[in-house]
Amino acid sequence: MSTGTAVPLGNTDTALSLRGICKHFGAVAALTDIDLDVAAGEVVAIVGDNGAGKSTLVKVLSGVHAADAGKIFFHGDEVSLGSPAEAHAMGIATVFQDLALCENLDVKANLFLGQELRPWMLDEVAMEKRSWELLRELSAKIPTLDVPVAALSGGQRQTVAIARSLLSSPKVVLLDEPTAALGVAQTAEVLNLVERLKDNGLGVVMISHNMEDVRAVADRVAVLRLGRNNGVFDARDVSSAEIVAAITGAADNVVSRRAARHTLAQREEKEQP
Amino acid sequence: MSTTEDNRVAPPADLRDERLATPRDIADHVRAGVRRVRDGDLGALPVIAGIVVIWTIFQVLNPTFLSSTNLVNLSFDMVPIGVIALGIVCVLLVGQIDLSVGSVSGLSGAITAVVMVRFEQPTWLAVLAALAASCLIGWLYGQGFNRIGVPSFVVTLAGLLAFLGVQLLVLQGENAINLPFDSTLVKFAQLWFVPDWLAYTLAVAAGMGFSAAGWVRARTRRRAGLSAQSPQWLVAKSVLLLAALLFMVSYLCRTRGVAWMFVLFVALVLALNYVLTRTKYGRSVYAVGGNAEAARRAGINVRRVYTSVFVICSGLAALGGVLAASRLAAANQSAGGGDVNLNAIAAAVIGGTSLFGGRGSAFAALLGTLVIQSISSGLTLLNLDSSYRFVITGLVLFIAVGLDAVARRSRQAHGRG
Ligand SMILES: Nc1ncnc2c1ncn2[C@@H]1O[C@H](COP(=O)(O)OP(=O)(O)OP(=O)(O)O)[C@@H](O)[C@H]1O
Ligand SMILES: [Mg+2]
Repeated sequence: MSTGTAVPLGNTDTALSLRGICKHFGAVAALTDIDLDVAAGEVVAIVGDNGAGKSTLVKVLSGVHAADAGKIFFHGDEVSLGSPAEAHAMGIATVFQDLALCENLDVKANLFLGQELRPWMLDEVAMEKRSWELLRELSAKIPTLDVPVAALSGGQRQTVAIARSLLSSPKVVLLDEPTAALGVAQTAEVLNLVERLKDNGLGVVMISHNMEDVRAVADRVAVLRLGRNNGVFDARDVSSAEIVAAITGAADNVVSRRAARHTLAQREEKEQP
Repeated sequence: MSTTEDNRVAPPADLRDERLATPRDIADHVRAGVRRVRDGDLGALPVIAGIVVIWTIFQVLNPTFLSSTNLVNLSFDMVPIGVIALGIVCVLLVGQIDLSVGSVSGLSGAITAVVMVRFEQPTWLAVLAALAASCLIGWLYGQGFNRIGVPSFVVTLAGLLAFLGVQLLVLQGENAINLPFDSTLVKFAQLWFVPDWLAYTLAVAAGMGFSAAGWVRARTRRRAGLSAQSPQWLVAKSVLLLAALLFMVSYLCRTRGVAWMFVLFVALVLALNYVLTRTKYGRSVYAVGGNAEAARRAGINVRRVYTSVFVICSGLAALGGVLAASRLAAANQSAGGGDVNLNAIAAAVIGGTSLFGGRGSAFAALLGTLVIQSISSGLTLLNLDSSYRFVITGLVLFIAVGLDAVARRSRQAHGRG
């Protein structure tokens, strides 16, 4: 059922590849034997049900959790991602599902957290200017940067988190449900952004529950199911139904039954005079 | 709103959102300030109001309270507690606590006295030994907290007991070791004043420095296409600051003048304020206090921040202890005991530092200590013993924390975090 075969190792075009990643939380095996490849200039979508292990995978890749077993290659070299700082240094930027912002700090302080300009005499002006540029690029609707993040709406926070990941000119960007809380215009901007990142030769991993978004920007779709690989599809020639089947693990699933009921109802409606 | 003028000149990059109300003249600034306060963003206002109330009451009860002589004494007496409170502000900012600052300050006073008097070493070596020992203590707290995972109030509670014992050991059963009256430390803490002309010069320099810094900031912001505070507003603030400083200096200079020890304290406050607000390290302190996990994911070495903060706190506690011993001209067994801990923590909290981390500033230590020390000084003048002092300080602390809680709820309701 897997169509996309793994890119051979040592290929320097592969920005990131994982082999046999396992991660346990106590008795729960959150990830088992995960393989994944992300080429430079490629968007890989990761889809799966709630609790499938998508966020855990992202956290392993961003150095938040250490994997129990398995290997991670970055541009062909085996690396260890012991801490978020190491992942940052390597050029892996992440937007976490829970956003990971400091609510007591204002927007610009959050954007530049950990990568402030001029460490011993903060360059507030340059940081504020850059913040506005980035946020305008994302069509952010944030009236002022002087308020603590606690005062922002959910979508505004998400935009801040996305903007932050772009500051350090990363090589690989991991987006964990980046558009979950966004409005129509902002979602479109984020999808545009993902395409721009791809055109600039970055590797992008995007997690999303929205099949339209996935099919709009992804080159390949990797499905996780109960912490295991459940197929990698080429986004151009896979239907949403096939992806849903892989996510739920059966062609006959709640989504397909609902769809069938829906079409049936429509047909009956049409047959009425 | 949009006039032809606005159409010709593009508005600054940070003021383009039409939902934003921007102050244009001084009246607008005042109105915005009033609105901020009503929304619960009180800043230093409650403490300053508190100081005014306390001073008024004591002045009515005893007209010598606001005399130049008494204020000079106050400016001396508040320094040891104030320096210790500065350290407390740092640990509170990361959401931790240090209960042992009293013991550590007592211990470092004892170390200083023993090295100076018993071992007959030079003063600088004695102070250095005390500071080094205390920084080591802070480092140990950091290790206990980071590696073993003991909550900070337990580690430092253990430290409170242990270092009280060590203090007694260092003094070797002697009740007190007197520092020689001709030593630099004692002169510094009792006799040395800034010459009047220099005090005025410092005040003028401070006022000019403030306005120059504001002017440079406004210019760089305008050049970067961002909004900047209006020149009139800056001038108004600078003149106000300068007038206040000159009045203070002239009032203190009526009698003995401005103590070097007080200047040291103010310098420490300004230095800590700079570190906390203008450096990457300071940002990481606030970030860890706000959301330690987010700070870690942003690549901040959270453990190092915790350790550094414990070291700073113990180091400042030690400095406070040395100054307290110098002020007394003796290191004794009870130094650092009793209410030192509680006063230092209360000062930081009364000044507006949140107990939950991520909120507060170096000026909190200055203002909070002024409140605590004013109460203590006023009650001494009224010949009331420490029982009243404890009760009143407790009440003030309760009011401060209660006000903070109310203000926080209001801030949340009005989107000021
Ligand atoms: N820190 C943790 N401690 C214990 N268990 C965890 C932890 N993080 C995740 N898990 C478990 O790992 C499994 C995978 O969780 P994960 O967050 O990766 O799911 P997800 O695919 O991102 O789901 P969703 O679509 O809801 O975001 C879940 O069963 C979860 O309970
Ligand atoms: Mg998730």
